[in-house]
Amino acid sequence: MPTRSSPIASDLAIRLEAVGKQYRIGRVRPGYYSLRETLADSVMRPVRALRERRNGHQAVDAGEDVIWALRDVSFDVRQGEVIGLIGRNGGGKSTLLKILARITAPTTGRAGVRGRVGSLLEVGTGFHPDLSGRDNVFLAGAVLGMRRAEIARKFDQIVEFAGVEQFIETPVKRYSSGMYLRLAFAVAAHLEPEILLVDEVLAVGDAEFQRRCLGKLQSVGNLGRTVLFVSHNMAAVLRLCPRAVYLDHGRVVADGPAADVVGAYLDAGLEVGGERRWPEPRKAPGDDVVRLRAVRVVGPDGQPTTSVDIQQPFTIEIEYWNLKDREPLVATAVIRDAHGQDLFSSRDNLEPQWGNRPRPAGLYRSVCTIPGNFLNSGRITVDAAVSHRDLTVWHVWEQSAIAFDVVDTGGVRGDYQGPWAGAIRPYLHWVTRLEEPAAELVTAGQSIDGASR
Amino acid sequence: MRWTAQTGPAGEALARRERSGGPSWVWIEPRRGWAPLDLRALWNYRELLHFLAWRDVKVRYKQAVLGGLWAILQPALTAAVLTIFLGRLAHVPSDGVPYPLFVYAGLIIWQLFSQALSQASSSVVTSSSLITKVYFPRLVIPLSSILVSLVDTAIASTLLLAMMVYYRVSITPAIVTLPIFLLLAVLAVVAVSSWLSALHVQYRDVRWLMPFLIQAWMFATPVMYPSSIVPDAWRPVFGLNPMVGAVEGFRWALLGQQPPSLLLLAVSSAVTLVVLIGGLYYFRRVEQTFADTI
Repeated sequence: MPTRSSPIASDLAIRLEAVGKQYRIGRVRPGYYSLRETLADSVMRPVRALRERRNGHQAVDAGEDVIWALRDVSFDVRQGEVIGLIGRNGGGKSTLLKILARITAPTTGRAGVRGRVGSLLEVGTGFHPDLSGRDNVFLAGAVLGMRRAEIARKFDQIVEFAGVEQFIETPVKRYSSGMYLRLAFAVAAHLEPEILLVDEVLAVGDAEFQRRCLGKLQSVGNLGRTVLFVSHNMAAVLRLCPRAVYLDHGRVVADGPAADVVGAYLDAGLEVGGERRWPEPRKAPGDDVVRLRAVRVVGPDGQPTTSVDIQQPFTIEIEYWNLKDREPLVATAVIRDAHGQDLFSSRDNLEPQWGNRPRPAGLYRSVCTIPGNFLNSGRITVDAAVSHRDLTVWHVWEQSAIAFDVVDTGGVRGDYQGPWAGAIRPYLHWVTRLEEPAAELVTAGQSIDGASR
Repeated sequence: MRWTAQTGPAGEALARRERSGGPSWVWIEPRRGWAPLDLRALWNYRELLHFLAWRDVKVRYKQAVLGGLWAILQPALTAAVLTIFLGRLAHVPSDGVPYPLFVYAGLIIWQLFSQALSQASSSVVTSSSLITKVYFPRLVIPLSSILVSLVDTAIASTLLLAMMVYYRVSITPAIVTLPIFLLLAVLAVVAVSSWLSALHVQYRDVRWLMPFLIQAWMFATPVMYPSSIVPDAWRPVFGLNPMVGAVEGFRWALLGQQPPSLLLLAVSSAVTLVVLIGGLYYFRRVEQTFADTI
C-alpha cells in the first residue's frame, strides 16, 4: 500500500522517517497489569490529571516515567545493501529491528519496507523440544514465513547445511546444544526474503559452522537482498557490511562507511570513563606524600579513549604529584577483567631514568604501554597505585580508577566468530608440518578409520 | 537489476515480481485505536495456522501411555460419572433418549467449546516467545488451539457413533444440519476466546477466572440436563448463552428428539455474532501492543 510514495527513489528497500519508540518505565518489565491496578488507575487518573493541571504540568506522559528506545531515527537503505547496526546495549538496535519486522509499532514517525521481510531475531524461534528435527524444520520454517512447498524443496539442503542427517528423526531435546543451534540457524539461513533482519545470531556454533553462516549471509547480500545486521562483533561488521549505522540512546550517532562508523563507535565515550582527573591536589586521592592527578587510557592517536582495538597497542597513564622531595616512589597499574579477575600488574620499577632513584618533588606521569594482540576482548578495569619503592607504604591505591573496553576487530581470531577463551589473547608463533602422509600409515598396516573409532 | 541474475525458485519469484513492477511499500506506522480486521493477512498465514495446530496435536499426547485415547476417555469418564449420579440417582430427564447417550452427545460439543476456550484463552500468553520474535497475525495462535480441540472432538466422536449403534438410534434427516451446530459452537468459541486471549495479555486475572467461568458456563448450558426443564419465563435469558443453541441443535441433529426452538437458536446465533465481531475487532486493536505488554 504505497501511501505517500512519490518522492521515494525506486531502488530503496527500507526507509525510516523520524521513527520513535517510547516505552513506559516500570511497564516494560512487568509488562502487564492486573485488573486491580487498572481499576485503581482508572479511579486515580482523573484525580492525578486534576492535580497535574493545578500544578501546571502536562497531564499525559509526565516525562520521568517514559523512555525513548528510539528517537527521530531516519535513514534509507538501498536494495542489496548490507548494513551493520552497531551500538551498546540499550542503544535501540533491537527495537529498530522489531519495528521493521512488524513485531511492534513505532510511537512516532513511520518505517517503510519493500519486499518480503525475514527476521532472525533469535536462533530456534518456533522450535519445539519434543518434536523431531524433521518436524521442527517444517515448523520453524512456517513460523519464519516459509511456505510448506518451499520448505519441502529446501529440506535436504537445510539438513545437509546443519550436518544432522543421522539425527533428523530424533526429538531435538536430545540434540547437543551445538546441533540444535546449527539446525535452527540452517532453517533461518535458507529463508530467502528480499529483506533480512539479523540480530546477533552469529555467536553460536563452532568455528567451521560460523564460517559457513557468514558465507551464507554474504551470498544473501550478493544476490541483491537487503540485510540489516545487528552485532557487537566489529570484525564481523567490518567484514560483512560496507555501511554501518551507529545507534546510541535511541538516536543515530553515525551513518556511513563501516570503517568510519566502527571507528566512531570505538572512540565514543563509555559511561565507565577511560579517563579520571583530579585537578585539585587537596581533593585528590592520596596522602601527604603522593596525590593522584589523572589516570587514563590513551589510544594510538594519543587521545584518551574508552575502547581500544584488540590489535593495537595503547597506553595507561598515571599522573601524580610527589609532594616530598627525594622520595623513592613506584607507580603500579593492576589490570582486571570483567569478572574482577586480576590479569596482571605492572610497575615502573625498571624504568631506566626514575625506576630505581629517589624522585624530586613535582608532577610525574608514568606511562605503561600494553601491546596489541595481548589482552582478550571485553571490559578491563584498572587500579592505579603509587607506593614506596620497597612496597612498604602505599600512598595511594585507587580501585577501579578507570575502565575501558577491548574491542574485537579480528586479528588473532581470523574467521572464527565465537567466544575466545582465556584471560589474554596473544598472537603466538605456530608451526604445523605434515610429518607423514596418510598413505604410508595405511601401507604400514593401520586403518586410519579403525584407529579413529 | 541484479535480481534477474539469480537462479533457483526464489530467484524466479523475485524476477516475476520485478517484471510486474516490484514489490510495493508496506508502511509500519503508529497505530492507535480501531483497525480494519485484515482477514486477508490471516488467510495468507493459513499454513502457519495449520503447522501450529499440527505441532500441538503431535505434542499433546506424547509420553502419555494411552496417547490419543485420552480424547475419548475424558468425555467418556465424565459421561459415566454424570450417568451414575444424575441419570441413575437424581433421575434427571433426558428427552426420551438413554441418559448415557444424551449426556455423551452433549459433552462432545461442550468439551469442544470448553477445551478450546481454556486452551485458546491462555494461548497468546504461552506463545510469548513467538510473539516477541516473529510477525504474523496474532489471531493465528488462538485459532490453532481451537483447531486442536476439533481434532479431539473428531476422535471422541467415534465413541459417540458406537453408542448410537449400540442404542439403535436411527438417523433422521436432521443429521444434515449437524455442521451448522458445530459451526455455531466453533464461532462461539472463537468469539469468546478472541476476547479472553487478548485480555489475558494485559490482565493475568483471566488465568484465575477461567476454571470458574468454564464450570459455571457448563451449568448454564443444557449438557447434563435437557433445556425442557428450564421454565418458559427463563427461556429468553437462557438463549443468551450461545452454547445453548449449539448443544440443543447438535443433539437434535444426531438423536432426533424434539427440535430446538427457532427463537432460541436465533438468539444464540445473534449473540454469537455480536460477541464474535466485537471480539475480533478488540483482538485486532490490542494485538498491536502484544509484543510490548506481554
